[in-house]
Amino acid sequence: MAGRTIRGQVALVGIGETTYYKRGKSPDSEFKLCIDAIRNACADAGIDARDIDGFSSYSDDRNDAMRLSSALNLRELNYSVMQWGGGGGGVMAAIANGAAGILAGYCDTVVVHRALAQGQFGRFGQAQDTPVIPGEYGHVMPYGVMSAAQLFGFRIQRFMHEHGIGQEALRAIAMASYHHAQNNPRAVMHGKPLTEQMYDDSRYITEPLHLYDCCQENDGAAAVVLMSAERAAEITDRPVYLLGAAMGSAPQQGAEAGGISYHNAPDYPTANFKTLAPKAFAMAGIKPTDIDVVQSYENFTGGVMMAMIEHGLCSPEEANEFFVPENLIVGGKLPLNTSGGNLAECYMHGLELVVEGVRQLRGDSTSQVADPRHCLCIGGPLVGPVSTLILGSADTGPTTDGGVGA
Amino acid sequence: MSNEELESQWVLPAGLPKPIPSSEGLGKEFWAATLEHKLVIQRCADCRHWQWGPEIICRACGGEQLGYESVEPAGEIYSWQRCWYPVHPALKETVPYLVVMVELDSAPGVRLIGNLVGDGQQSLAVGDRVTALFEDHPGDEPYTLVQWQRV
Repeated sequence: MAGRTIRGQVALVGIGETTYYKRGKSPDSEFKLCIDAIRNACADAGIDARDIDGFSSYSDDRNDAMRLSSALNLRELNYSVMQWGGGGGGVMAAIANGAAGILAGYCDTVVVHRALAQGQFGRFGQAQDTPVIPGEYGHVMPYGVMSAAQLFGFRIQRFMHEHGIGQEALRAIAMASYHHAQNNPRAVMHGKPLTEQMYDDSRYITEPLHLYDCCQENDGAAAVVLMSAERAAEITDRPVYLLGAAMGSAPQQGAEAGGISYHNAPDYPTANFKTLAPKAFAMAGIKPTDIDVVQSYENFTGGVMMAMIEHGLCSPEEANEFFVPENLIVGGKLPLNTSGGNLAECYMHGLELVVEGVRQLRGDSTSQVADPRHCLCIGGPLVGPVSTLILGSADTGPTTDGGVGA
Repeated sequence: MSNEELESQWVLPAGLPKPIPSSEGLGKEFWAATLEHKLVIQRCADCRHWQWGPEIICRACGGEQLGYESVEPAGEIYSWQRCWYPVHPALKETVPYLVVMVELDSAPGVRLIGNLVGDGQQSLAVGDRVTALFEDHPGDEPYTLVQWQRV
């Protein structure tokens, strides 16, 4: 893959969201939420929604490209892609896949979208009541290992055991998200601060995961508009550039996330970014120390910790010292999940993290980092495929001499 | 032993899903063996690689001569969770319960998931030694789960 790069060639030019609701509380259908987020993203970009000619999504999104295309009366539909994988591991890949379509010449204006209305379609966190369970999960679920927290909890427990990591590291990640949500009026947990005492007193879902280590479940939608850097320059003076991206899995990570072959992975206690992260950094031409702010998908805090370690942001040996709240909030060493993320803003399946990454690089966040140039966005720790993005501020993009800024 | 007596010895109550092989039949030999209180794991006849869960080819060498071989029903706890949230209606009165991941002694790298027999609040640690306990679920289509008890 050496030599081929997307670096600086595609820009994120529009971001849109709906109101974020607690799960089951949306007054609108999932499709209406999706339409609203797409229209908001187009308005933010300053384009007509009819100019969209491609859709990219992930996690078996139910909002079909043909229905969207017809409803929005697109002039042409030139691209429609879905990333494999049912979890949040596809979120950053959906951006990268959209960008790939633009770069390949298939399409010009892609909207990446995700919508959830769990009142309409049922919950993630509750097992389906089924009399039989075949194949991979048949070796797991009859033992009461059914929820995502349980399917991935074994990896977190083993990682903490191998590296002597304390509960306080997980707590710090939850604290950072809730801290930032208090500045963000869009956040479902706005006005609901979390204290260390509240975390410690909260019930366990499954040891080692407390209630506050687990993401919310929400209703809402988010969308991001992508176009080529050349076209972006014509419509905005503050594009955010895609500098690096990677998606996939390390070897032998199992046939299904949380199934029995997943639990027999030769490298077991991993968030699954070991092969991806070096590719994304090499593509972006930067080092982990160049990252100014991180948005990392929290299904569970332990996965965030493991993913950040695998991106080279800290070593396992440093984790107990690194993962403290003061390091992870704005003003600290490496601010994390500055909108509140899945834990405290909204579980918009991680696409809200990309929206927040764009806000940070535009200077528009409610918890703004001082002049950030590089934002790392991590999707779906502990599953596969997973995906990761490096976004750059306007001054990291194409330079006037046709080259690419540093 | 009557079905009622058997059921009273299960680690988790009735109502959880019954395991069946995949639509391709993968895992059929494993569940047939547990009915006879034996533990078998898929193994490649060519390169002798143990693999779990089952697959249609050997993940190590690509070979198609896969069989099942007996393993000692013993190992050590590799990871564990104490589950407090009842993820299934049948578990409402049973939390907390313990789930353990056991690495088998005689099939290096192979791990199984089951419940740890006994009090859900007992202390446990990675590295604890365990042996299998075969938990029979009778009926028209009986099956047997593999549970674990401390040595």
